[in-house]
Amino acid sequence: MAVPAGWYLGLAAALFVIGVVGVLIRRNLIVMFMCVELMLNSVNLTLVTFSRINGNLEGQVLSFFVMVVAAAEVTVGLALIVNLFRLKASIDADDVDALRA
Amino acid sequence: MSGVLATLAAVVAQVGGQGIDTGAAASSGTAEFVVFVIVAPISLGAALSVILLKNAVHAALMLVVNFFTIAVLYAVLEAQFLAVVQVIVYAGAIMVLFLFMLMLLGVDRELAFRDRLRGQKAAAVLLGAVLLGALVVGVAGRYLGTESACTGAAVSGDGPPCAGLASVNEGEGGNVGGIGVLLFTEYVWPFEVTSVLLVIAALGAMVLGRKHEDESELVDTNRAERVAVPAGGEPAHQRELEASLPEEQ
Repeated sequence: MAVPAGWYLGLAAALFVIGVVGVLIRRNLIVMFMCVELMLNSVNLTLVTFSRINGNLEGQVLSFFVMVVAAAEVTVGLALIVNLFRLKASIDADDVDALRA
Repeated sequence: MSGVLATLAAVVAQVGGQGIDTGAAASSGTAEFVVFVIVAPISLGAALSVILLKNAVHAALMLVVNFFTIAVLYAVLEAQFLAVVQVIVYAGAIMVLFLFMLMLLGVDRELAFRDRLRGQKAAAVLLGAVLLGALVVGVAGRYLGTESACTGAAVSGDGPPCAGLASVNEGEGGNVGGIGVLLFTEYVWPFEVTSVLLVIAALGAMVLGRKHEDESELVDTNRAERVAVPAGGEPAHQRELEASLPEEQ
């Protein structure tokens, strides 16, 4: 009984799709943000799996960089959401329609 | 949650076993199979819970479970350094930030259901299914055969083999040493750029998070009044607008 590398890639694809669907169907900005994190993690899982398939560590290094960028993104994104909440007293994505014609 | 802890213990045992006796544990692949079969459904279920649970705090806790399962999979995939970093950075720092924001804003109540685009959910699920099919066929399809398993055994089949990281992780001080050598030789320039990125992100969060003495420098909240601004009457309207702003929260 062994696990083909494709199973990990399939699991990562399923997690990515769950993240995409979550961003599309949820209206809570923080939950949408968490779904973005889910997608970043699934891509990291793909990178680590390919790193193992190819037998070198460069995929893991790239995955490390993705984690750094995700941390920076969370910092700025949550600050933006807090500002938005101060303005609108809501984190519903449908309330952010200042550019609506 | 106890299931996650049990699988974590199993993985720790498995990784420990590999450290002691690399050949036997790595070549059988049975432990890897057991861990994958246990962890993958937990991971998928936690991810589904993130998008299906109405309470945002519950969704955040489910996301923590998902991050832990991914850390377990990293350990199985011979990425020990990333497994630890995943727990510290994602399950630790980032999720604490998320939960802190949820508690600070007090927005754990359910939002009123207003579907502005009719049929959006059905369309999203349909497009998600199409994307899943495309990803599984296009990315994972070539590696689904048993010859792509990273057992270190001789492969028989025409699928692409899995090289495995056993030899890489044994040289240059192990997994952490190998990643460190790559980071500080070949990828030193991207590494420095990410440090600049982190400084910029910290500065940006401070700028965005500071208290605004003059609320009118932000976008105003009341769209109806903004639309009704007369062309010439800017100062008088500005005073009126400031008076109508809600109290500081």
